[in-house]
Amino acid sequence: MNQQELIPHLFRTEYSKITAVLCKLFGMEHIEIAEDIASDTFLKAMETWTYKGVPPNPTAWLYSVAKNKAKNYLHHNHIFKQKIFNDLKNSEMLAEELEIDLSVKNITDSQLQMLFAICHPSISAEAQIGLALRILCGFGIDEIANAFLSNKETINKRLFRAKEKLRLEKVKIVFPAEPEIIVRLETVLTTLYLLFNEGYYSESNDVTLNKDLCLEAMRLTNQLLENEKTNLPQVNALLSLMCFHSSRFEARVNKKGEFILYEDQDETLWNTELISKGVYFFKEASLGNTLSKYHLEAGIAYWHTIKADTKEKWENILQLYNRLLQIAYSPIAALNRTYAFSKANGNKEAIIEAEKLNLNNNHFYFILLGELYKAIDPKKAKQHFQTAHTLAKTETDKHTIQRNLDKL
Amino acid sequence: MLIFRHEDGKKVASPEQIQIWMKQTMDWIGGIAAQNKFVGGNGLPFDDARVVHSNKTVTNGPFGDIKETLGGYVIVKANSADEAAEFAKGSPVLQGAGNTIEIRKIAKGDGVH
Repeated sequence: MNQQELIPHLFRTEYSKITAVLCKLFGMEHIEIAEDIASDTFLKAMETWTYKGVPPNPTAWLYSVAKNKAKNYLHHNHIFKQKIFNDLKNSEMLAEELEIDLSVKNITDSQLQMLFAICHPSISAEAQIGLALRILCGFGIDEIANAFLSNKETINKRLFRAKEKLRLEKVKIVFPAEPEIIVRLETVLTTLYLLFNEGYYSESNDVTLNKDLCLEAMRLTNQLLENEKTNLPQVNALLSLMCFHSSRFEARVNKKGEFILYEDQDETLWNTELISKGVYFFKEASLGNTLSKYHLEAGIAYWHTIKADTKEKWENILQLYNRLLQIAYSPIAALNRTYAFSKANGNKEAIIEAEKLNLNNNHFYFILLGELYKAIDPKKAKQHFQTAHTLAKTETDKHTIQRNLDKL
Repeated sequence: MLIFRHEDGKKVASPEQIQIWMKQTMDWIGGIAAQNKFVGGNGLPFDDARVVHSNKTVTNGPFGDIKETLGGYVIVKANSADEAAEFAKGSPVLQGAGNTIEIRKIAKGDGVH
C-alpha cells in the first residue's frame, strides 16, 4: 500500500479507535476534544510522513502521537485536567500521570461501549447512524452526506445536535448493566440493521460507498459477537441476515451501476463464502429460545440464496413472512408476503390478499398488483402499472415501470 | 377478540389434515397481519386439559361435559364488530360443521377491540 492509500486506510481503522479510547477517558461531554486530538494526529502523520517517510509501524506511531497530544492538551488546560481528574473515580492513581491505554483490549472495550452510548434511545435513528459512521467507522462528513443523499451542513448540524443531546442526557460510555443489556441491545441492533439497509437499498449511485456502509455494519455486528455478553442469538441472526444479503453484492449491480433484479441475476456471481458464513451464524442464532425478527428475516434471506423456483422455497418464505408480520409489520414486508403468497398459492388467491392491503400511496403496491393481474387481466394490469408510474418518485423507478408497461 | 368454538373436540384429524389446517391458519393470520391488524393470539390444544367444577372436583378435559370447546383465540385491530366478522370469515376453523367464531370486544382497551 503506498502512502496515498495508507493514510485514508489508517484513518478508517484507527481514527475511531483513538477517539473511542480518549472519549471513554474524558467522558461523553468532551467528545469533540477526543475527535480533535484524533484528527490532529492524522494531520501530523500527513505532514511528517511526506518528508520523513512512513515509519516501520505506522499504527504504533499514531498511538504514541495521540497519547502525547492528549497529555499536552491536559497539561495546557488545567481546568479541563482538573475536571477530568475529578470525574475519574480512581483519581489518586491517575493524579500524577494519566495513563492512556491503547491496548487491543481497551480499544475493543471502548469501541463497544461507544456503540452502546451512540445508539441511545434519546437520539433519532438517523442521528445514531450518522454518529456511528463518524465516530465508530471514521467516515468523512462528505461520505455521510453522500450516503444520506444530503449535504455537509445538514449532516454537521445533525451530528452536533446529537452530541449535544448525549451530553445533556449525561450518557456514560460504559457497558450497560446486565439486566439492561437486552433492552439497550435492541436499539443497537436496529441501528446496525438500518446502517446496513442504508447501504444495501441506497438510492445513491456510489457503489463503493454503499458497499462500505454494509461492510461497516457487519464489522460492528461482529464486534458484538466477540464479546460474550452480547454474543446472543438475535445478534447472530442479524449478522446471518447481513451475510446472506451481501452475498449478492457482485450480482445485483451492472457495470453502469444499475440494479439488476433478483430474477435476472447471474447466480454464479453470488458469493458462496458469505452464504456459508450466513449459514454458520444462523446455526449459532438457533441456539436458545429467542426468536427475533432478525431470525425470520435471515430465514427469508436464506431461501433467497437458492435460485431454483420451487414450491417448497416459496411456501417456506410465505410462512416466514406470515410470522414476521405478526411481530414486526412493515408495508414492504406485507408486499413481499403477498408476492410469496402468489408463488405458493397462485395469483388468483393472491389478488384477493393484495386488494385488502390498501397501500394506496405506495408505487410498489401497484407494481405488485400489475404483476399479479398480468396473465389474468392485462387491461387491469396496465391500469395498475400506470398508477405506479404516476406515484413513483425516482427516474429509475419510473424507468423500470415503463419497461413493464412496454412489455404488456 | 375472535374466539374459536369447536363443536366436538374429540374428533381426531389425520396428520395430513392437521398440516393443511396449519397452513391455512398461518396464511389466514398472515393475511390479517399484512393489513397491520393483528394484535396477538394463541391456539389452545385439546390435550392435557382440566375442568374444575363448582364442587371443586377436577375432571380431565372439557369433552363430554361441555358441548362446545374453545380451540383458540385471535386478537385483531378492527373499527367495528362487522370488520372483525369479515376477518373471521377467512378462518379455516369454520370448515368444521357446527364450529363457530365468537366476536367480542376487549374491555378497557386502548381502542383495540
